[in-house]
Amino acid sequence: MLSISEIFEIFGHTFMMRAMVVGLLVSLCAALLGVNLVLKRYAMIGTGLSHVGFAVMAIAGIIDVAPLTLSLPVVMVTAFILLRLNDSNKINGDSAVALISTSGIAVGVIVVALTTGINLHICNVMFGSIFAMTQADMYFSVVLSIVVIGLFVLFYKQLFAVTYDENFAKATGVKVEIYKSLLAILTAVTVVLGMRMMGALLIASLTLFPALSAMRICKRFLSVVIAAAIIGVVCFFIGMMFSVALDIPPGATVVGVNLIVFMVFSGISLVIRGGTK
Amino acid sequence: MAIITCKQAAFAYDGITVIDGLNFEVNNGDYLCIVGENGSGKSTLMKGILGLMRPKSGEITMNEGLLSTQIGYLPQQNSAQKNFPASVTEVVLSGRLNSRGILPFYSKADRKIAHDNMEKLGILPLRKKSFRELSGGQQQRVLLGRALCATKNALLLDEPAAGLDPLVTRELYGTIKSLSADMGITIIMISHDIQAAVEYASHILHLKNKQLFFGTTEDYTQTKTGKLFLGAAEENDVIN
Repeated sequence: MLSISEIFEIFGHTFMMRAMVVGLLVSLCAALLGVNLVLKRYAMIGTGLSHVGFAVMAIAGIIDVAPLTLSLPVVMVTAFILLRLNDSNKINGDSAVALISTSGIAVGVIVVALTTGINLHICNVMFGSIFAMTQADMYFSVVLSIVVIGLFVLFYKQLFAVTYDENFAKATGVKVEIYKSLLAILTAVTVVLGMRMMGALLIASLTLFPALSAMRICKRFLSVVIAAAIIGVVCFFIGMMFSVALDIPPGATVVGVNLIVFMVFSGISLVIRGGTK
Repeated sequence: MAIITCKQAAFAYDGITVIDGLNFEVNNGDYLCIVGENGSGKSTLMKGILGLMRPKSGEITMNEGLLSTQIGYLPQQNSAQKNFPASVTEVVLSGRLNSRGILPFYSKADRKIAHDNMEKLGILPLRKKSFRELSGGQQQRVLLGRALCATKNALLLDEPAAGLDPLVTRELYGTIKSLSADMGITIIMISHDIQAAVEYASHILHLKNKQLFFGTTEDYTQTKTGKLFLGAAEENDVIN
């Protein structure tokens, strides 16, 4: 366990500053989009995307391509496919998503086993390597995060309408497919950016936990969105502090903090509901 | 003036015809009830009117004054909405989306329209409440408010009274009738409730995978089909 002054010293380093800037922005993106994903029952899409992202990252590491340049387009295309699968009634949508998601892991593991074997690179892809960020990575992530947040705010009311009642929106002439695709693309970008810090196995939780926690205590959509954003950012910050202080992996620690917040909020909501009845 | 005209239209799912021989027109200010048993093609026709489904043959045309962005729609509720965290204002305001288009946020004018519609429907005191905390009747009023925000001309309602108790049902029908009478809004309603349909509607469209009857309510009650269906409904009431 480090002392407070030692923690602050670490936070002064460049690698830590980069991690915090990107981490906070990506947490914010994930929390905002997560509200729509959870309410639209698209929660599994985040998981599916990150697992496919794992396969792509594994391949990128081997053919020596910058991970972001390869994974961004591939994960975006996957997002489109998952969206179609999730909405289709002909085949079991959720099974199809689970299928793609586990296949992603399998392909990734096979590629790794045939080439380098399980090494540090693969561990980093699975569980995150937030401190290994270059300056270019940081700028790229910051710009993309700001684009995601900007588009979310600009199309907030469309995303609400499509999430709340797709049939009504469609019937009154709203181009539902465009906004659903927008949601999928924004999610894909967020997942790709977030994989770096949280790892392929944990990034989806950044979209789910803040929204679910916020929904325990908030009744209006806007307050759920705002609360989720605050929870996402605060949990990331606290998680990073613990991660540094206890020298445990940041991704898992952030998820751990989110889990505790979720349990506390669930408790509060039980008490409130119990009190009113 | 006819705002919707249906000529020899047929609708099919995966090549299987659900309903055909549709010939009717809806005039501005009409109150049309579409009646028929389960699976008779009512909801399919509604999709056709909303432009979500194209007719397999024949045609269904909208008057120029009635674009899809000017139709108010009250769909049947789905289970996901029951637990959706949204305030009454947020739900009602979302009906303005089709007229707001691509512009970000809602304007003051949009908020005023939402406010006025909530007042009209008596749900203004509920505006800050969460939709999921409301009773079934209140929820339908909120969704009706949203539909009104989307239109000045025509409302399409898909079994608005499903799951409501008789008293609340009568109140809701009364409200819909007054929208038709006071504001001149064209009403097209799918209904199981044939008694109420005959009481409130100006026109009846009776379906059973084809068009059994279309005309004024008065004429309908004189036809064999109408008498049978009304009689059957009464018998059911006695049994119930």
